Amino acid sequence: MKYVDEFRDPELITRAADEIRRLADPNRHYRLMEVCGGHTHAIYRFGLKDVLPPNIELIHGPGCPVCVLPMGRIDDGLSIAMQPDVIFAAFGDMMRVPGTHGNPLEHKARGMDVRIVYSPTDAIKLAKMNPQKHVMFFAIGFETTAPSTALTLQRAKAEGIHNFSIFCNHVTIIPAIRAILDSPDMRLDGFIGPGHVSTVIGCRPYEWIAKNERKPIVVCGFEPLDLLQSIVMLLTQLQKDEAKVENQYKRVVPWEGNRAALKAMAETFQLRPYFEWRGLGFISQSALRIREEYAEWDSEQRFHVPGIRVTDPKAAQCGEVLKGVLKPAQCKLFGKECTPENPVGALMVSSEGSCAAYYNYEHRKANLVTTISASA
Amino acid sequence: MCLAIPGKIVEIAPDNPNSALVDVVGMRRRVDLGLLEDDRPVPGDWVLIHVGFAMSKISEVDALEQMRTLEMLGECEAAVQEVRGYGLEETEDKQAS
Repeated sequence: MKYVDEFRDPELITRAADEIRRLADPNRHYRLMEVCGGHTHAIYRFGLKDVLPPNIELIHGPGCPVCVLPMGRIDDGLSIAMQPDVIFAAFGDMMRVPGTHGNPLEHKARGMDVRIVYSPTDAIKLAKMNPQKHVMFFAIGFETTAPSTALTLQRAKAEGIHNFSIFCNHVTIIPAIRAILDSPDMRLDGFIGPGHVSTVIGCRPYEWIAKNERKPIVVCGFEPLDLLQSIVMLLTQLQKDEAKVENQYKRVVPWEGNRAALKAMAETFQLRPYFEWRGLGFISQSALRIREEYAEWDSEQRFHVPGIRVTDPKAAQCGEVLKGVLKPAQCKLFGKECTPENPVGALMVSSEGSCAAYYNYEHRKANLVTTISASA
Repeated sequence: MCLAIPGKIVEIAPDNPNSALVDVVGMRRRVDLGLLEDDRPVPGDWVLIHVGFAMSKISEVDALEQMRTLEMLGECEAAVQEVRGYGLEETEDKQAS
């Protein structure tokens, strides 16, 4: 692995890689899913595949909130912002996510008031600075960002900010894992569990995966050594035919999660009966909506929302890639019609999407090699 | 958005226990401590920050390593830009360059 030397203990990395080779049964093929998009990005960036034996396959999971958001929701958010005197505020990650008629930045070029914010509380600041306008914050993310939105709602209510609302697109990770496990064409041996989502929800919500599905899951940090150690922990369980929830990321993730965060979420959000995920379809109780008590700050209750549904292009095979049935490069559009500069499918949109990560680190590298050898 | 940025608590607002001045990548900005109600950090503590909210306390060694990871993921510049708050946050550059 090319970047090993730059890390805090290269010897530990080598040792973990040796341990993985020792534990992996050469007669067995292991399929391990990293749930979180941050892990996907790290795996490609650090070239971790180069240190793993070929019979350990990493399947990239659904944990990239930008990737799984259906295009219709972006269209809905933009349609609210098309109403007079509305400011569209969102994280930088959202700015290049395509809607049917362009992404938020392109809408800005056509005159929409679009602002990038770092925090939902910055959106409140915007509202205070623009009392004659309405600021709509496009909220997105798993349980990592949902508590911040929850506290922002509570602050807006407490401070009596009336020209501010939240278009809520928060989703929850457990139903997505369940949907993947329920899918008939999916065979997995274990999970590398999300790190920062678990800071909030803790490790308990994963227990059914171990108990009912008999799959090991290890909550994991974002450094190369974290990922390798988690794979060691998974292989150790698999070797002993065990299925447990383990926490590799103890330095950040408490087993019980963050009580204050969960409380704020419970006070402000309730589960939607169902929500559409790009690539996975409708999943019941998989997303959050804003409670009635906060209706004034809920863009969906305050404005007319058209409820646009956009079918993903038929040729794009995002669903298969998302479930690990296909590798990114096996999709017909990969690297041709669909690139990070011009994404067609969901997984090419964000740097945490598996197609974009694969394109940026593997595809470009392979093309460079081809070009160099052709010109030699 | 999903990666966390480490920061060091410099000072807690005397009038608001949920508002801390935090040193992030050599810049200072206000960070909300509302999610650490059960385990309040004090000046000198390191925290992991997600979208303007401190989510967990961490050790200094882990914080510095997290910065390196961000740097290597090519996320550092984006993180700095985010922390600057796109002009909405009055940040001050610690290293007067």
